[in-house]
Amino acid sequence: MTVALTGDDLTLAYDSRTISASLDVEIPHGEVTVIVGPNGCGKSTLLRALSRLIAPQRGRVLLDGDDIRRMGGKQFARRLALLPQSSQAPSGISVGDLVARGRYPHQRMLQQWSADDEGAVRRAMAATDVEGLADRGVEELSGGQRQRVWIAMLLAQDAPVMLLDEPTTFLDVAHQLDVLDLVARLNRDEGRTLVLVLHDLNQAARFADHLVVMRDGAIAARGRPSEILTEQLLADVFALDARVIPDPVFGTPLVVPIASRKELRDHDA
Amino acid sequence: MTTDETLGPPSGRLVRVGRARIVVHPRTALVTGAVIAVALAAAILAMTIGTMALSPVEVARALFGGGEAAAQQVVQAVRLPRALTALFAGAALGVSGAVFQSVSRNALGSPEIIGFTTGAATGAIAQIVLFQGDGVRIAIGALAGGVATAVVVYLLSMRGRTTGGYQLILTGIGVGAILQAVNEFLLVSGGIDQAVQANVWLAGSLYLRGWEHVATVGIACAVVIPVVGALARRATLMEMGDDVARQLGVRTERTRLALIFAAVLLAAAATAACGPIAFVALAAPQLISRLTGSRSMPVVGAAAMGAVLLVVADVAAQALPFDAVVPIGRVTGVIGGLYLIWLLTRKDTVRV
Repeated sequence: MTVALTGDDLTLAYDSRTISASLDVEIPHGEVTVIVGPNGCGKSTLLRALSRLIAPQRGRVLLDGDDIRRMGGKQFARRLALLPQSSQAPSGISVGDLVARGRYPHQRMLQQWSADDEGAVRRAMAATDVEGLADRGVEELSGGQRQRVWIAMLLAQDAPVMLLDEPTTFLDVAHQLDVLDLVARLNRDEGRTLVLVLHDLNQAARFADHLVVMRDGAIAARGRPSEILTEQLLADVFALDARVIPDPVFGTPLVVPIASRKELRDHDA
Repeated sequence: MTTDETLGPPSGRLVRVGRARIVVHPRTALVTGAVIAVALAAAILAMTIGTMALSPVEVARALFGGGEAAAQQVVQAVRLPRALTALFAGAALGVSGAVFQSVSRNALGSPEIIGFTTGAATGAIAQIVLFQGDGVRIAIGALAGGVATAVVVYLLSMRGRTTGGYQLILTGIGVGAILQAVNEFLLVSGGIDQAVQANVWLAGSLYLRGWEHVATVGIACAVVIPVVGALARRATLMEMGDDVARQLGVRTERTRLALIFAAVLLAAAATAACGPIAFVALAAPQLISRLTGSRSMPVVGAAAMGAVLLVVADVAAQALPFDAVVPIGRVTGVIGGLYLIWLLTRKDTVRV
């Protein structure tokens, strides 16, 4: 396994509130990595540290072996792209213009557009199937379409490593699948390294090559979903009574939640 | 300069100037050019008005050293500096407003709302009431008051190591309210002559502006507006949220600080030259964005629109059939306000 991203002895904190201490993580190259864990376990914080949005108090992040703190802003953006949890489309902007903004790291003040930009934007819109929407306003779109447009912007950025923070939140299940299928395709067809934070364990199990399970700022387990997603792990990490059976369609682990441990306790008492 | 018809981002055209490849949005370029033309035409019109009535042709002739000696004297020594002060101050306010609106991601962002103008007034009134200062000292007082207020608001709105848009506006409103009370206290605590003088300054005026005023605000425009122009793309990306901009490689906090500094300098120069001018900073960026349909932070367009607003307000102030001198700062409020309300109510034709 070659490693695309390495978090080395990371201590992550907001002001004085420490989220993770001495965290080590490796993101395999050319695979889909999914990070799961209960609310507040530090998934997004880890993603923000990997993408340089927060600086670790201790430790370092390596991208293909290079310390990310030593890279220039645009240089880093050409190698790693992040879709944050919340992003705000400027009012009235068209889909085409928003996607084109992803080209910023490849441009300079006096070199504002090139044939490469043109090609990357066209490919990004084709891959996300938003070509037909190019002239539409982003605000007019449905949530699912809008998420595809943001991913198109990220694709236009043309970074080999892409991190997506909860890309399926607020989408109905069909649109969630749309986004995840797109992610799988980007990985398969273009060899991109993808890291996603997801909430749905079954989607995580199905789409992840590499699963990272977090709890209380630490990594509780990582590996192939079929190898690590056990009933014991669900009990330990999510306080969940669940059965794990093979998915009848895909063969990946299928989590059947039975009860939250906490509720069971409350019920007994 | 050639235009490449085949290449360009979705809503723009690629223009090659030498080896540079610049994206130009045709409608933005056209509208901005038209607004600049209107600003210059309005400035000529403004120079025809006065005790000695001149035709636009006579004004033009006087500008280039022709025509009657008296006309030359009036135009070159009185009316031209007044018109240029209005053009430059309007431009400075327009760009300042564009920056504040972009940085705060809010259409209400402007030097007035951020508390800057009230702080400048505090500085000026303090000079007048407490130190009996006048002229240059009032201008310096205004500058110092405005800049100090901006620094305080910026520092107070910092949370952790970043400043959010809403914090900036809310802090500005809070600080502005306190300073407003201070201003009123200063006005009632001073002598009647000083109070009158302070009130005249507070109304904002283009009366008796000379070349020293042109220089103050003209140099500020020439130096600062290009800097804002160079930062405009980054500012536009930051409107999508800091996270998105940062992941695209923008150093957001540094850029925001530079932008706010530039906007404060522009507003300070305009206020030092004309006193507080209401509404130009608030309305100019809104108006130009609606006309161009562009979603980028307007710089040249906001400057041109600000210049138009201030010069038109000056023409209106002089041409009003009242027997009193109407202060320009009041006129801009009325004109800008009416135009903005009119535009906002036309939702069917203008995308808001």
